Amino acid sequence: MRIELTVNGARRSDEVEPRLLLVHYLRERCGLRAANVGCDTTSCGACTVLVNGRSVKSCTMLAVQAAGQEITTAEGLAAGGEMHPVQEAFRQQHGLQCGFCTPGMVMAATGLLAENPHPTETEVREGLEGNFCRCTGYHNIVRAVLAAAETMSA
Amino acid sequence: MSILGTRVVRTEDPGFLTTGAVYTDDVVDERLAGACHVFFVRSPIAHARITAVDTSAAREAPGVIAVFTGADLADLAPLRPPMPDLVDGRMAQPLLARDVVRYVGEPVAVVVTEDPYQGEDAAELVSADYDPLPAVVDMTAAADDPPALLFPEAGTNVTATFGDAAALQPGLFDGCEVVVSRTIVNQRVAPAPMETRAAAAAWGDDGRLTAWIPNQGAQGTKGALAAMLALDPSSLRIITPDVGGAFGAKFGADPEHAVVCWVARQLGRPARWSETRTENMVAMTHGRAQLQTITIGGWRDGTVTAYRLEILQDSGAYPRFGAFLPALTILMAPGPYAIGRAEAVARSVVTNTTPVGAYRGAGRPEATAAVERAIDLFAAEIGRDPAEVRRKNLLPRFTEPHRTAFGAVYDSGDYVTALDAALDAAGYASLREEQARRRDAGDVTQLGIGLASYVEITGGGAESGAPRENATVEVHPDGSATILTGTSPHGQGHATVWAMLASEELGIPVDRITVKWGDTDLIPEGGGTGGSRSLQQGGVAVQQASRELLDVARERAAAMLEANPADLVFEPERSAFEVAGDPDAAVPLATLAAEERLVVRTVFIAPGATFPFGTHVAVVDVDTETGKVVLRRVITVDDAGTVINPLLAEGQRHGGIAQGAAQAFLEEVIYDADGNPLTATFADYPFLSATEVPSFELADMATPTSYNPLGVKGIGEAGTIGATPAVQNAIIDALAHLGVRHIDMPASPQRVWQALQDVPAGKDA
Repeated sequence: MRIELTVNGARRSDEVEPRLLLVHYLRERCGLRAANVGCDTTSCGACTVLVNGRSVKSCTMLAVQAAGQEITTAEGLAAGGEMHPVQEAFRQQHGLQCGFCTPGMVMAATGLLAENPHPTETEVREGLEGNFCRCTGYHNIVRAVLAAAETMSA
Repeated sequence: MSILGTRVVRTEDPGFLTTGAVYTDDVVDERLAGACHVFFVRSPIAHARITAVDTSAAREAPGVIAVFTGADLADLAPLRPPMPDLVDGRMAQPLLARDVVRYVGEPVAVVVTEDPYQGEDAAELVSADYDPLPAVVDMTAAADDPPALLFPEAGTNVTATFGDAAALQPGLFDGCEVVVSRTIVNQRVAPAPMETRAAAAAWGDDGRLTAWIPNQGAQGTKGALAAMLALDPSSLRIITPDVGGAFGAKFGADPEHAVVCWVARQLGRPARWSETRTENMVAMTHGRAQLQTITIGGWRDGTVTAYRLEILQDSGAYPRFGAFLPALTILMAPGPYAIGRAEAVARSVVTNTTPVGAYRGAGRPEATAAVERAIDLFAAEIGRDPAEVRRKNLLPRFTEPHRTAFGAVYDSGDYVTALDAALDAAGYASLREEQARRRDAGDVTQLGIGLASYVEITGGGAESGAPRENATVEVHPDGSATILTGTSPHGQGHATVWAMLASEELGIPVDRITVKWGDTDLIPEGGGTGGSRSLQQGGVAVQQASRELLDVARERAAAMLEANPADLVFEPERSAFEVAGDPDAAVPLATLAAEERLVVRTVFIAPGATFPFGTHVAVVDVDTETGKVVLRRVITVDDAGTVINPLLAEGQRHGGIAQGAAQAFLEEVIYDADGNPLTATFADYPFLSATEVPSFELADMATPTSYNPLGVKGIGEAGTIGATPAVQNAIIDALAHLGVRHIDMPASPQRVWQALQDVPAGKDA
């Protein structure tokens, strides 16, 4: 099937197998390998991207379902060599260690802040419940999202 | 001002955050062009004889290049257990099962396809016939009343014994006023790094193999692969891409890694493999899996005089590092306590379950969990405060090495101070008041306060080999520097901290120092990262190499300046030597490097392992009607000596605390009676999420060790060692006044509720 969509601001048109998952389309066809596959049950969120600004687990969406949509990945979040405030906050707060969950976590946090620009700690934790991290114990991820919220509203 | 001890943000982060790190599955390399994809067909049954494997239908499936079974790999020797003098060497795992399968998930065949989706499809078409054998799942039965022997030729399911059970002293508890004994479970858990296992392999025209494998030390992985593939190690090159977490489970190499390399050679084209999470949950080694019988005795004033630990260790189907874990548990059995009489014995058994290996802490969390439960059981029995009983029995502060009855040599320790600091930070007295209020009021939600005092061994465990590590430091003519290290990060932040250590000595900014690891052609030797060894051996080696480089540079600078070397001073701000009192007579390291290569390789040898210590306090709410536990607070004091980068050291503590807490009340790998895994996906395995833990409260304590010039010990595993028993003790403490003395981990709502139902009549408050 042919799909047309926008990925990180660029229009694309590709022939894809109907069963191709969006995450594999992004990784193998677009060469965007920031989003990772961490599970096979839509549990871990390592593959989270934004679809029309809302966070979506890209292992649970077919590439053909993304036709006509706007996809943003971690690669597309940084603009002109400058990290997005969420990315910068993750660095400053040491919100990442091995980095595997990180692109998905950053996209989920970005989606969360778009919906709720001033979350409480509890709201951050609830908002990221679908994104697993094995390294940080979530402590500094929560700090990072709260710090990003401050920066973005300043 | 020194950069050491400051909160330097990580140099590796911008890439990780924008394009993402480059994990094995992300590697783009011309040597891997046209790679085929390997998919494993795994046993669906725990114990069976394989009577036939029919691959004909799979071979006809779209995109299939080849299908291989155990018979095709007959020229390769099985994976031998480690520590042949301790573990029964006959219990070896064929790279692909041949006649018998021994756990659900054991690789039976591989399907090789052009495209990864095709492999998953074709694997369904491989038809194997199994003649079931009795499954051995329960480890006590495996040892004492086995329904079957996994390796009949061995004559037993016991693969290793530690200590002599027949020599246990019948009179160990003579003279005790109180003796408490209990058998407790330190359950099997899944390391579950976010990145599953993977491999990419390419054979060059020169007959050499290059393999990209996520690991904890490329050199160890090379040795393990060479052994499985019967190759001369010089014909292998291991490259370590970024590694998405490991937690002990990515040391060395697994049979699957060897099979992928073998497939690439057999087909004459590069091969790749990336396992699914479901495969990972049944085929990556698990951790813990001990049954412990603890007996503790002493006097009513709170003095503990005797302690016994008897361990049954589940090694899974094939003895790997897990079979050896009891040795570390026994080594650390008495923990930080001065117990006059203590003894410990263990047996490791094979069962029809996934093999057990190292998991964050590897044997030491099990030791701490046992003795910390024992102390609480004892305190409850004599009706004294657990903090008071700990304080009474902790070893007093010592600065000279202390040898325990089990042969551990603690470098230094100040356990009482750590306990008091943790109690202070927690507000212990007011927590007990709050608890008393809720108890008096008969609240549905009761407050529990749990303690765990620990000492652990880092940088010396058998995981890491001898306590030594190499480093190479080179300054380049442009003033930048490169560090080569035999350690191997997978989230810890070595690239930043090793650069800090060299920067401190050489005056070169951190962002101009490149740290390299994980390429065995570039760095042939190294012990990797595990057992919390990296900083105290690899980091210290970087400092030592930098200092030795300055010695070399000083001689050369003196020659260039026609000065006496002793008259030169090194000015870090300029990264240059100058003649004392004459700043104009100076020569930068970069200039010296332009004249002649300026590089030093050195090896730091530690006098021994170090023993970090601390106390964790956990605070929980327990709903007495539903059994639900909510973790409210975790307060920790973790003394791992000098801290080089507090930001990163705190990160290590946070992560460990979360994993430790998760074992106490959430995570468990479960099998049914037939050996079928019931927790084989992230939908079934209760992986800790952000809503299940609070933010953590860390208090500082740093007593430098004399074992290395930085004064550092390991911090990577403190979290799982302290937090697990602290949280478990807190949950039980919440219900202690109702007569509950013990709840096995994980303290699920059902277990908590059941414990309340099981309270003997008359104990109900």
